[in-house]
Amino acid sequence: MAVAEQNLANASDLATGSAAFPPFESSTYLSQIFWLVIIFGLLYWLMSTVALPRVGAILENRRSRIEGDLADASRMQEQATAAGAAYDTKLADAKGRAQALAQRTHEELLAADDAKRHALEDELNAKMAAAERQIGDTKTRAMGNVQGIARDAAAAIVEHLTGKPADPQAVDAAIAASKI
Amino acid sequence: MAEQAINPIEQFNVSPLFSSHKLGHTDIAFTNASLLMVIILGLVSLLMIYGTSRRSLVPGRLQAAAEMSYEFVADTVRGTAGNEGMRFFPFVFSLFMFVLFANLLGLLPFSYTVTSQIVVTFALAALVMLVVIGYGLFRHGTHFLGLFAPSGVAKPILPFIVLIEIISFLSRPISLSVRLFANMLAGHITLKVFGGFVVLLLGSGTAAALIAPLPFIGIIILTAFELLVAALQAYVFAILTCVYLNDAIHPGH
Repeated sequence: MAVAEQNLANASDLATGSAAFPPFESSTYLSQIFWLVIIFGLLYWLMSTVALPRVGAILENRRSRIEGDLADASRMQEQATAAGAAYDTKLADAKGRAQALAQRTHEELLAADDAKRHALEDELNAKMAAAERQIGDTKTRAMGNVQGIARDAAAAIVEHLTGKPADPQAVDAAIAASKI
Repeated sequence: MAEQAINPIEQFNVSPLFSSHKLGHTDIAFTNASLLMVIILGLVSLLMIYGTSRRSLVPGRLQAAAEMSYEFVADTVRGTAGNEGMRFFPFVFSLFMFVLFANLLGLLPFSYTVTSQIVVTFALAALVMLVVIGYGLFRHGTHFLGLFAPSGVAKPILPFIVLIEIISFLSRPISLSVRLFANMLAGHITLKVFGGFVVLLLGSGTAAALIAPLPFIGIIILTAFELLVAALQAYVFAILTCVYLNDAIHPGH
């Protein structure tokens, strides 16, 4: 009962505002605790069920996103390095093949050239030989004709000088002897 | 009336804003202090819920502030009470934001400093100690009482040590609440007294009015200092809560 009266007295104090030092004015305690409990409870409830899980999710989301992006970047870099290496090998390969091809072509051309030259030389040699033979033949024939002319001329000369036909064998011997 | 204006205690008056409400015989009037509490709740929710509503990958200003508060408190809790302490993270976070906003809002002219009421700070400190004792007993049972008997103490002096530990434990809620309350109270009284000097000097009508700017400069410096105190006391309150919670989680010394 006394407590109730005390509370009533305090309540009137609260309404009028007394001269006591406010923080030690116990009449306001209950009202302050009452509202503190309600409001701190609400604050705790809002923070623990809405705000903090949401901020935690945002931070986690960002962290995983950054990690994912970094992983992607490093994977792409690896791919790029691999592609570069593959390109280098291919390039070296192609270079080698091109060099081999050039070498072979060069050798083939050289060989073809040689063969052509040889053929040409052979042909020319054959032609030269034929020409020489022809010259020889012509010369022999010409020489035969010259011999005939000499024999006739010698026989005619002898007949004219001696008045009798010349011995053909002697003429031939003479011609052979004179022909050095 | 002039005397009323420069009374440095008047700012701590708790007065009902509406006609008194009664719960049984007790008065639970919605006072100016209650209004400030509602504003604190609104501002913290604005920052933490509205500010993060877009869930941007690249945060805006409000979301960055919300994330900074989250990470700051999370680092404090993890650093002081370990990973197991993170189950109390929402509790410590709510305490920190409530005290921080109460302290900062109290610095605004014509507002009210909720934490300048010993009953509020003591209620918060008592809540912390209840959580510590409750969780300690729940988690470790009677082993939690080992908190009062450090291992490796010689038998003859053990009773004294236990006595000292119990006194130290019981004084925790008192020191926790009085530290915050006294800091806020003293800071605001000092500000008000300096403000009173300005009014008195200007109103004196003599040559003394010329030095009125001096206490005014003092107010500017003190306000900056009070901003520091407001943030620091909120941090101290949060980190001591973590330290006490750490005792509940790891009661062995």
